[in-house]
Amino acid sequence: MTTQKHRRTELIPNYFILTILALFSILPILLLIFNSVKPQEEFGINALGFPNQIRWENFLDAWILGKYAEIFLNTIKLVSGTLLVCLFLSGLAGFSLARLKPKGGNLFLIYLLVGISIPAQMFILPLFLMWKVAGLMNTHMGLIIIYSGLNAPFATFLIRSYMIQLPEELFDSAKIDGASTLQSFFKIAVPLSWPVFLTTALVVGLAVWNEFLFALTFIQDESAKPISTILFAFQSRFENNWGLVSASAVMMVAPVAILFMLFQKKFIAGLTSGATKG
Amino acid sequence: MNIVSNKNSVAWFFILPAFLIHLVVVATPSILSLALCLTDWNGFGKINFIGFENFNELFDDRVFKKAIVHNIIWTVIFLTIPIALSLTCAYLLTGIRRGQLIFRLVFFFPYMLASIISCQIWKYIFHPLHGIGVWLSNNGIELFEKSPFAVKDISLYAVALVDGWHFWGFLVVIYITGMYQVDHSMYEAADLEGATKFQKFRFITLPMIRPIFIFTLMIIIIWSIPTFDYIYILTQGGPAYSSEVLATHLYSQAFDRFNVGYSSAIGTLMFFYVLIIVSIFGLLQKIGWEI
Repeated sequence: MTTQKHRRTELIPNYFILTILALFSILPILLLIFNSVKPQEEFGINALGFPNQIRWENFLDAWILGKYAEIFLNTIKLVSGTLLVCLFLSGLAGFSLARLKPKGGNLFLIYLLVGISIPAQMFILPLFLMWKVAGLMNTHMGLIIIYSGLNAPFATFLIRSYMIQLPEELFDSAKIDGASTLQSFFKIAVPLSWPVFLTTALVVGLAVWNEFLFALTFIQDESAKPISTILFAFQSRFENNWGLVSASAVMMVAPVAILFMLFQKKFIAGLTSGATKG
Repeated sequence: MNIVSNKNSVAWFFILPAFLIHLVVVATPSILSLALCLTDWNGFGKINFIGFENFNELFDDRVFKKAIVHNIIWTVIFLTIPIALSLTCAYLLTGIRRGQLIFRLVFFFPYMLASIISCQIWKYIFHPLHGIGVWLSNNGIELFEKSPFAVKDISLYAVALVDGWHFWGFLVVIYITGMYQVDHSMYEAADLEGATKFQKFRFITLPMIRPIFIFTLMIIIIWSIPTFDYIYILTQGGPAYSSEVLATHLYSQAFDRFNVGYSSAIGTLMFFYVLIIVSIFGLLQKIGWEI
């Protein structure tokens, strides 16, 4: 009993420091949310506090002035296109490396490792020139190909490390039943590995949703821009209209926040997978 | 024999699409970059081979030298402050039960935000008319009259603060995963011997999470070199190049001035730097460092 009590008072400094650090993380985000529903005239007198008057119309204004329906559609196209291409290609490659174990497969893994560590700045300009020649500039297809290529190594690693643990007997019995390799990929490996596909989809989807550098470089046509670079343009176009800019930002964060609440464990496991699995 | 080689080619056939797309998007332009860094191409005219002239020029480039210094400062900042903060935080978190999950989510959430969002939030916080500068001066503290992003002496540090704010929760979660793998009986044994909290941290926790700790050092060293988003969005390298880093310098050489050869030379240097760092860590692992 006394030790229990002792432990509890001992923990007060822990909680105190942790709370201060948590406030450092969360207060700026709260401020963004406050600002998103603040009427313009309040920014002069109540810049940092909770709004005295809540103005939901900021969202409507941003939606209309920023043509958000279009921008969201652009972004969703990029995310879903990348997920489709990247997960399919990486699923095939991960499956092959984990289950079929071809000769020289390790060489490909090393290739991917080197590929992951090449900084984007190394190849962005030649890629830009290549895309210009190929007529892929300002197209969503062009950016989907880039995002799929950029994320393929990570996705392949993740999927491979999951499929490698699947029991061999399942594949053996499918082989006896006369299933082709492609059939055993679609009918056995993919259904059994859905958790890793979900994790990969969340991490890659988030990366595409948030991506800035390639979107900035490869899509200059205003009407094709995704949300991250549109927000960048917004910040100078509506520079002092903080309500509008903040509402736009909240609209960009909201889907991420909702998915994070639903799949926190998968997000965290996926995003830290490099570190915790070695 | 035939069956084996057939099986092998099926396996490679499965790998091929992923390989091809990566080859087109990353490998081919990287190799082009390696070749172009030895030329004076401007994207349109004739391509002239000029050897290592671009590299010679780089070492006379005042902005390039500044950028390197800034990248080093950036690396040092991220190797110290976020690591110290997140180690402390993770260690404190392992000590508590109640509310632990909530804390973890709160620390991690900023890592999910897009760079453009974090930048916008902090631009407002440091805004000379609205932000904490005004609030502080109303309370008699004249700290930020101008936005720190616009002050030469501190712009780089202000941007690092924003990126650090976004990043450090990621480290917390990585470290706490490692700390959970530490056998609890070791702490109990240390308790019996009357060890202080700091001693337990120094002599049990830290050695036990060493592989993860070294991994985080490596990714910070690697990620600090191509850092781009935060600086480009907040300061564009300014004012007066005071926050210019290699990536932003390269970007303006590439896309404002179309100095293909010159910017490829910067990119190539960045690549070799990363390659050297990865090899060093790989080598350390080979000679028996537990990484």
